[in-house]
Amino acid sequence: MDPVEFLSKLEKTTIMAVEFDGGVVMGADSRTTTGAYIANRVTDKLTPIHERIFCCRSGSAADTQAIADAVTYQLGFHSIELDEAPLVQTAASLFRDMCYRYREELMAGIIVAGWDPRRGGQVYTVPVGGMMTRQPVSVGGSGSSYIYGYVDSNYRPAMSKEECLKFTAEALTLAMERDGSSGGVVRLAVISEQGVERQVILGNQLPKFSTV
Amino acid sequence: MATVSVCKYYPGGFSFDNCKRNALLEADISKLGFSSPAARKTGTTICGVVYKDGVVLGADTRATEGMIVADKNCSKIHYISPNIYCCGAGTAADTEMTTQIISSNLELHSLSTGRLPRVATANRMLKQMLFRYQGYIGAALVLGGVDCNGPHLYSIYPHGSTDKLPYVTMGSGSLAAMAVFEDRYRPNMEEEEAKRLVRDAIAAGIFNDLGSGSNIDLCVITKGKVDYLRPHDVANKKGVREDKVYGHPVTGSYRYKHGTTGVLTKTVTPLNLEVVEESVQTMDTS
Repeated sequence: MDPVEFLSKLEKTTIMAVEFDGGVVMGADSRTTTGAYIANRVTDKLTPIHERIFCCRSGSAADTQAIADAVTYQLGFHSIELDEAPLVQTAASLFRDMCYRYREELMAGIIVAGWDPRRGGQVYTVPVGGMMTRQPVSVGGSGSSYIYGYVDSNYRPAMSKEECLKFTAEALTLAMERDGSSGGVVRLAVISEQGVERQVILGNQLPKFSTV
Repeated sequence: MATVSVCKYYPGGFSFDNCKRNALLEADISKLGFSSPAARKTGTTICGVVYKDGVVLGADTRATEGMIVADKNCSKIHYISPNIYCCGAGTAADTEMTTQIISSNLELHSLSTGRLPRVATANRMLKQMLFRYQGYIGAALVLGGVDCNGPHLYSIYPHGSTDKLPYVTMGSGSLAAMAVFEDRYRPNMEEEEAKRLVRDAIAAGIFNDLGSGSNIDLCVITKGKVDYLRPHDVANKKGVREDKVYGHPVTGSYRYKHGTTGVLTKTVTPLNLEVVEESVQTMDTS
């Protein structure tokens, strides 16, 4: 008769981010589980860190929320000191410093993506362990294993914003179909010089693939 | 080669020094056949819902110690500030103390800012404290209130993660309560409908979960007003013992009228006994 919430809450998830010319497209599923119970079926895993920098969170919900809050504070302070918009690489470095320093205590896989005036749209991945690397396309979370093949075969450099949105939505849908720990709705965000546009694709509006 | 000596640096946070000792003690105690005292947990059903004008929080009132009910009417809806209340599930002492600490800090903060505290502030204080203790404080909370930005409802887990949602349930009876919510929740409900929904969700937990029981407490928070309804509903009424039989008060009396039990047969056997020894023992009454 153990209360359900004594198991730690995990966002074993599917998250993804893609660079395009002029910005980035980020996407995530919306499921948070405690054991076999879905504690939140409409989670927002795309967390704002700064005006044009977001992060996708996967792993332990408590750890990633705490890290994101800390980095948001540090980046906001840094931005005020500089009196200019922070670089996406700075945000990613702050995540990396925290995830590497406390690597034994934390379970957090994070994708940092955004737009800055110096280098345009960028995606940096900071997986469990605290490595940081820039990639044009990055997937993460437990559901990512199922879509590496799809992503590798369907990604083309220099896609447009609409193509990236379609690509991300389809990849996430495929992962959610196959991964038990991912599901719910697909949340998308487009970050560019103009700002942030957010979308939600509900269950019945997801792209359809053949049902075998 | 020079040796490098490092000064021992004591970082802040929880000290795990005694954990090894505690583990050894536990092993020793169980060898002797005793068990170490169990923390009293509120195997519980708590829930909250956001409606048109505010939030409704609900809780059952049973506190368990293992399989025994330790308290049949405990209060699980804790005061945080005049406009914010918090339901607590998990270890009873942890929820009680955590909410009191944050309530005290929030009052000081409110005096410092000169404003009514916001639910988001209470949420952040709670999540940062629980994360610092890495889940060792077993407090799972449903935090609700109304502030200058409207009604808000958060669920807070022992490891420090939070969710901001229109309806939440926590505790061992959370699955039963969530089933009721998923069926009947609508956005922008009226107050009576919201109260009925929360009452039914807690009732589902009480009747379908062994760790929850007794009465249903409700707390309705709106802008400028809080209705703390304790108890809102007595779901399990205790039976009343018959206290008058034929006009005579007989609470606890086990005297029955002659003829209550019918006599079927009667056998009388005289026992012929011989006096073998007779002795007198005087009582000392000095």
